[in-house]
Amino acid sequence: MDRRDFLKRTITIIAGAAIPASALEFIDPKRLLAAGSSDYKWVFLADTQKCVGCGFCVKACKLENEVPYDADVSRTWVERYVICKDGKMRVENGMPNPGFGINADSPKAGRDGFTTPQIDIGEGRHVEVKEEDISKAFFVPKLCNQCDNPPCVQVCPVGATYKTADGVVLVDRSWCIGCGYCIMGCPYGVRFFHPLLKVAEKCNFCYHRITKGMKTACVQSCPFGARQIGNLKDPNDPVTRTIMYGRVGVLKSEYGTKPQVYYLALDREVR
Amino acid sequence: MMEVHGEVWTLKEFFCYPNEYIYWSIQIVMYPFMTGLVAGAFVLSSLYHVFGVKQLKNIARFSLVFSFALLPVAMMPLMLHLQQPLRGIHVMMTPHFTSAIAAFGIVFSTYGMIVASELWFVYRPHFVATALELKGTSDRGLVDTCRYLLFSALTLGSYDISEQALEKDEKAVGFLAGIGIPVACFLHGYAGFIFGSVKANALWMTPLMPVIFICSAVVSGIALCIITYIVTMEIRKFLSRRMSTLGLPSYEELQSAEIEEVKLTSRYLVMFLIAAITLELLDLIFRGYTAVKSWDILREVIYQKDFYKIFVMQYGMGNLLPFILFKLPGLTVRRAALGACLMLFGVFMMRWNVVIGGQAFSSSFAGFMEYALPIIPHNLETVKEGLVGAVAVIITPYVLFYFINKVMPVFKFKGSH
Repeated sequence: MDRRDFLKRTITIIAGAAIPASALEFIDPKRLLAAGSSDYKWVFLADTQKCVGCGFCVKACKLENEVPYDADVSRTWVERYVICKDGKMRVENGMPNPGFGINADSPKAGRDGFTTPQIDIGEGRHVEVKEEDISKAFFVPKLCNQCDNPPCVQVCPVGATYKTADGVVLVDRSWCIGCGYCIMGCPYGVRFFHPLLKVAEKCNFCYHRITKGMKTACVQSCPFGARQIGNLKDPNDPVTRTIMYGRVGVLKSEYGTKPQVYYLALDREVR
Repeated sequence: MMEVHGEVWTLKEFFCYPNEYIYWSIQIVMYPFMTGLVAGAFVLSSLYHVFGVKQLKNIARFSLVFSFALLPVAMMPLMLHLQQPLRGIHVMMTPHFTSAIAAFGIVFSTYGMIVASELWFVYRPHFVATALELKGTSDRGLVDTCRYLLFSALTLGSYDISEQALEKDEKAVGFLAGIGIPVACFLHGYAGFIFGSVKANALWMTPLMPVIFICSAVVSGIALCIITYIVTMEIRKFLSRRMSTLGLPSYEELQSAEIEEVKLTSRYLVMFLIAAITLELLDLIFRGYTAVKSWDILREVIYQKDFYKIFVMQYGMGNLLPFILFKLPGLTVRRAALGACLMLFGVFMMRWNVVIGGQAFSSSFAGFMEYALPIIPHNLETVKEGLVGAVAVIITPYVLFYFINKVMPVFKFKGSH
């Protein structure tokens, strides 16, 4: 074969191969995964006016998601805030209490409710605020914000945590190396190490339930409707309507995480 | 009751979120400390190889070998820290590059290869000589046969030690040391980036973090080289007095060489110390001046809770005191050793105050956490992330150095470098 022939044949082969090759397309596996669930975008709505701090949601969550019941970690929790009229913290044992102007606690993640006016300030110590000094007091449910720009996903060195197309951040328990970088990266403190599995653990909106048309365990167990889950892509979803037409707040927007848990009546003191 | 990771050493005060604990404990203090020593020791050796600071000849070879001994130890704290240490290799297999940790394996192995190849070029004549010498021996015992196999493997089949070949080696060493400096700085600046880029942590998040880390790394690396150099020289001095048959240089020769080397090296030490302090203070002043939302709690941590650790132990004992020791006229070996030890302590405290100090307050900005270092372990967790684990990390490089020194002798060696 001389050079002329060689070039001719090469051109023919390339031209011939180009036609079927142009039909080939590299498919991003993410797109395939997203195909089924693209009609959903899960969001959460918490109404702090309705929350009474009973702790049913925490109980239900721990049982549903098999987070050891007595371990001092939880996927969701309830915080109590007691704001004083003078905006200061109480004095405890004669020592000024530098809690930066707020009395707040979440003993056992609020699992057993708040049955005493004693505020837990850690290491077995408590303070009590006199009723006449209180200007307002309220409860705030907390859970993973399933951020649209999740720092935990960004910092995972092995890609063991990822955001699904329907907006939920999940953890691959078989791939997590347990470095704790995601725990450090979360400004909301929702992540922890699972005491038995020794991998990063967090709220996932009960993904196993919501993808089967059920409510999350916490929403299901809340007797007052303080917690609601909805689909932002469904314009008739009551949660979507509240977010669209109501006045809602999010936590710590300054971190640029774009949280997807919305709050009604969010007080400025909420941390 | 079920114990949660971190619960045993975390003391919480006021309002912290329920899941917050000191998750990054002593081993994450050790990690930047050890990588800092690696980078610092390498930079010191490069001062001789690249910039031709001739007086540093002895300490340069020493610090190169020592930085090689430190290298695997930079990884050790990470393995002790991981909840799933067996999966640590996933970082290499499925690196997720948006994470600052993902490139660690790549940067670290690149650096490791540079140091290894540089060492190979430096010690090639020694490998060849030893291999040839053993080859000539007629009745080798088991030990010598093993040594022969090891050394002939180490030559990689290159037995040419002619003038020209050695000259080429020297060029290669210069080149490797040259690219080694930015890589060493990258390796460590990168450790700083791991912290500096955590936006959720008010104390860590500053673009100055990588630079601060590099400067203090060089300080610690040089300080450690000074200490170890002094210790080995003292041993040699002791030996030369006791056993004149060993063929060591005379006591006086060693004495004068030692103090000269130490004096010069300490000059670089002080230079990098000043750079490190300047940046750290700039960071502190800037935070106080801009006083963003987090400043209330940071001020409480820096000036109240951690005052003793930051201003007394780190800046006072770890920086100011050794600075004075080094700057007072008539530097002696003993004073230099003390100063270098204090400097090392200062850098360790800096790492501590960054890593543990960064977790000393809750993300709620309304509560504090305190780390109680587990001293007497009662389970695997408190072994790994307690005093025992930390001490193991400190001792390992010396053990490794002992063995590496058998193959690549730092002192009894007449090479071109």
